[in-house]
Amino acid sequence: MNKKNYAIQVDDLTVAYDYKPVLWDIDLKIPEGVLMAIVGPNGAGKSTLIKAILGIIKPIAGSVKVFGKPYKKQVDKVAYVPQKGSVDWDFPTTALDVVMMGTYGSLGWIKRPGQKEKKAALEALEKVGMLSFQDRQISQLSGGQQQRIFLARALVQNAAIYLMDEPFQGVDATTEKAIINILKELKSDGKTLIVVHHDLQTVPEYFDWVTFLNVKGIASGPVKDIFNDDNLTKTYGINYKVAVNQ
Amino acid sequence: MSSAQLEIQLIAALVAMACAIPGTFLVLRKMAMISDAISHSILPGLVFGFFITQDLNSPLLILLAAVTGVLTVIFVEFIQKTGLVKEDTAIGLVFPALFSIGVILIAKNANDVHLDIDAVLLGELAFAPFDRLMFGETDLGPKSVWVIGTILIISLSLLLLFFKELKLSTFDKGLAATLGFSPIVLHYGLMTVSSITVVGAFDAVGAVLVVALIIAPPATAYLLTNNLKKMLVLSCFFGIFSAIAGYWLANYLDASIAGSMTSVLGVLFLLVYLFAPKQGIFSVYFKEKQQRKEVSLLVFLLHLQNHQDPKERHVNHLQEHINWQKVQAKTVLDLATKNNLIQIDANNLVSLTEKGREFTDEALKYITTNKETAIEDLKKRFFLFRG
Amino acid sequence: MSITEYFKLLFTDYTLGVISLGTAVLGAICGMLGSFAVLRKQSLLGDAISHASLPGIALAFLFTGTKDTNFLLIGALISGLVGTFWIKSIVRRTRLKTDTALGLILSLFFGLGMLLLTFIQKMPNANQAGLDKYLFGQAATLVASDVWVMTAITGVSLLVLLLFWKELKLLLFDADYTKTLGFNTRFLDILITSFIVLAIVLGLQTVGVVLMSAMLLAPAAAARQWTNSLSTMVVLAAIFGAFSGVFGTAISASQNNLSTGPVIVLVAVVVVLISFIFSPKRGLLFREIRFYRNRKELNLKKTLTFMYRIAQNHKDISHPHAIKILNNFHGFTRKSLNRLQEEQLIEIQGNQWALTPKGYEEAARINDKIGKKDE
Repeated sequence: MNKKNYAIQVDDLTVAYDYKPVLWDIDLKIPEGVLMAIVGPNGAGKSTLIKAILGIIKPIAGSVKVFGKPYKKQVDKVAYVPQKGSVDWDFPTTALDVVMMGTYGSLGWIKRPGQKEKKAALEALEKVGMLSFQDRQISQLSGGQQQRIFLARALVQNAAIYLMDEPFQGVDATTEKAIINILKELKSDGKTLIVVHHDLQTVPEYFDWVTFLNVKGIASGPVKDIFNDDNLTKTYGINYKVAVNQ
Repeated sequence: MSSAQLEIQLIAALVAMACAIPGTFLVLRKMAMISDAISHSILPGLVFGFFITQDLNSPLLILLAAVTGVLTVIFVEFIQKTGLVKEDTAIGLVFPALFSIGVILIAKNANDVHLDIDAVLLGELAFAPFDRLMFGETDLGPKSVWVIGTILIISLSLLLLFFKELKLSTFDKGLAATLGFSPIVLHYGLMTVSSITVVGAFDAVGAVLVVALIIAPPATAYLLTNNLKKMLVLSCFFGIFSAIAGYWLANYLDASIAGSMTSVLGVLFLLVYLFAPKQGIFSVYFKEKQQRKEVSLLVFLLHLQNHQDPKERHVNHLQEHINWQKVQAKTVLDLATKNNLIQIDANNLVSLTEKGREFTDEALKYITTNKETAIEDLKKRFFLFRG
Repeated sequence: MSITEYFKLLFTDYTLGVISLGTAVLGAICGMLGSFAVLRKQSLLGDAISHASLPGIALAFLFTGTKDTNFLLIGALISGLVGTFWIKSIVRRTRLKTDTALGLILSLFFGLGMLLLTFIQKMPNANQAGLDKYLFGQAATLVASDVWVMTAITGVSLLVLLLFWKELKLLLFDADYTKTLGFNTRFLDILITSFIVLAIVLGLQTVGVVLMSAMLLAPAAAARQWTNSLSTMVVLAAIFGAFSGVFGTAISASQNNLSTGPVIVLVAVVVVLISFIFSPKRGLLFREIRFYRNRKELNLKKTLTFMYRIAQNHKDISHPHAIKILNNFHGFTRKSLNRLQEEQLIEIQGNQWALTPKGYEEAARINDKIGKKDE
């Protein structure tokens, strides 16, 4: 078994809030270059899984490896798109400024961003179709636009792995299309994308890999092999049928 | 003990009880800091009221000052709605502004107002017995007893009348609203009672320390009980205790009574904070340790259930595989063995016993349905020894 | 002494110069660090810390027996920090919520402080007088060495802010993301909290424990209204803070028997009020005006589409209709009809109106838009 083949490998991961378990003994192997959805009911620990992979939350047991090494040593290879609602959008800053934040990691402590970083940020803004909004105060942006700004911030990081927490929540249809197109483009560049996703209907259309999660890992693999009523029922508890057009 | 001493303790005890009642609801409704805002912002109302009535115990003055208190709450809510600043900043701006106006008014009119800054911060409990209510020639006792007694009776009767509504709207706002108890009426009712109480208590303990009497007894009680009635009774008890113990401490040190009442409350809180049977930090510490061990145990059992591969189940391998750092692998193994959940064979391979398998299955079911209480029951049923 | 005299003397009188420099520096550091407190939603923490520092001052006096500002402020710093960490521990370890923890520590520490102060006052043969200046502040007691300490600490905090500007901004906006980029958020958190506590302690002599938190918040809350850039906000807050400090001290010095704290705070709050009302982008006044204009605009559009729907039913779009028909429709007034005419969207002849071709086109466009939204 060559560990290098896996973008992310999770072993026996258990996470508990206040000693109430939210993730249980998760084993997960995510190959490089997939566009993967994490699906599961509310409270299944989807966001927690992402946060645990990123080291934002400390697990009580288990380990996470990014390209075979601990996350701390691979910070520059991973980009994170948090939930839109996790920040205060009334913060005094502009769209361009937020996107520039994506360059801070590679700059390291104390060093300030310069022309090179600004150029990268502008390119990312253009990619998400927000170039004309660069000087806009972030509270003046619509929900979809805010989500695109977050995506642009991650794009600037130029990482190998992208972890996204519900990027389609509360965005308009145009933005959803724009985002998924960018994700597919990233995938074709060989990047690995892991997306917490809510809308089961769109899973086969958007993704090629899927992980079912409900506190325990239920199943993980190619959409065409494992996205079926059996796994959905196991994940969502009730006898789940979804109209899937494959 | 002289009668003046007795009267001071009586007034202090009445004030403490009057504060504890609205305080309980403020603490439970996560609005404790509102009492801080009210107690500061009534000052200009008090001073204006004093210009008009010339009597700190006049009902009109109390009413005027209480209105200022309610207005503060409304004003804070207004600023918050404009979205210009967040709620905490709004509170943090409004009350110092009004308090400053009050302090300046007092300083500028020092000769006309028999209020000084010390009285604002500490109250004048020591002098309370000298301001007496006279009916003709008959001495009816200190005015403060009558004022604070009336306030206490009002809030007690409101409490008894609306106990059910208050309880429901405190613990389940949505349900209360659907049952027709207007949350707005209850909210402003509580604000009004709090304001009146603060004004009544102001004379005795001053603007800042009234906050201690409102927050500290209920907060201390909340660490000891889950029951609203018990919490109210305990709060009143802590209040009265601090009144009497505080008086004698002040007497001994020859220092401020209000300050020493607060200090007694501080010591009470510290003791409960450290030693309360369920919520105190010592017991929380032990409980956390136990929980951590038990969660680790569950992880371990689940791991055994998930992996049939002998390599994954070897005693020496567990340490490496389930990243134990916080809990020693050995304690977990011991705990599992003691509870007959696992067995270790001659090759040092660990496997689940029948009981262990049953337990793991059920635990998993409970975890995925997110029922926390259920898992505690389960532990009671299966465990002979706790972690 | 009147305020004008005060400012005349400012540059010639050494003592006044020192005091004004001190209050200006203090206002600046409070504004700077206050911006961070406000944006981290820690506004009330400042209030708790400042109250919690009082017993430290009293204990420092009891132990050392001196009134040396530096000793007393070190005492204040220690007890402020103890209060801060106790609040954090109460919130983390017990079921009590942040607001209760804040109010609890604030009032209990303050009560202990007052107990100790009254105890000290009654002590025989102690040179105890003057400790109560820490309640509401007395800028007049600032001496050159105090101002040097303040300036030095302000300089250090400025340096730290500049050095870690990028990281602190990131932390304020998105703490989790900061962590994923590999920055140590714990370090940053302790760094900024410690400097906020320092700023509060520095202000105790001038503004006092009771009102110090307002000095931290007000300049920042005012500055936020004028700009959408963090750096401009911090600079503006420093300027507002310095202005409130100097101006407040001047007013209080020109009156008898007035502590500095309440006056400085009131000046700062007036700046906040002005900002709330008159700031061009966020201010309430312009917001109301914009709102009013939009509503008028909307009414015009509604009237026009109403007319369009009537006109649609006729072959000739500029066929005149009686104004009376519009009576069923609430949005219209004589004035709005006149404005429509001014813009050549309709023609009015006597009691009748008719859409112009331009008006018809415009109305059709609006109508389309509304239709799309309805879908």
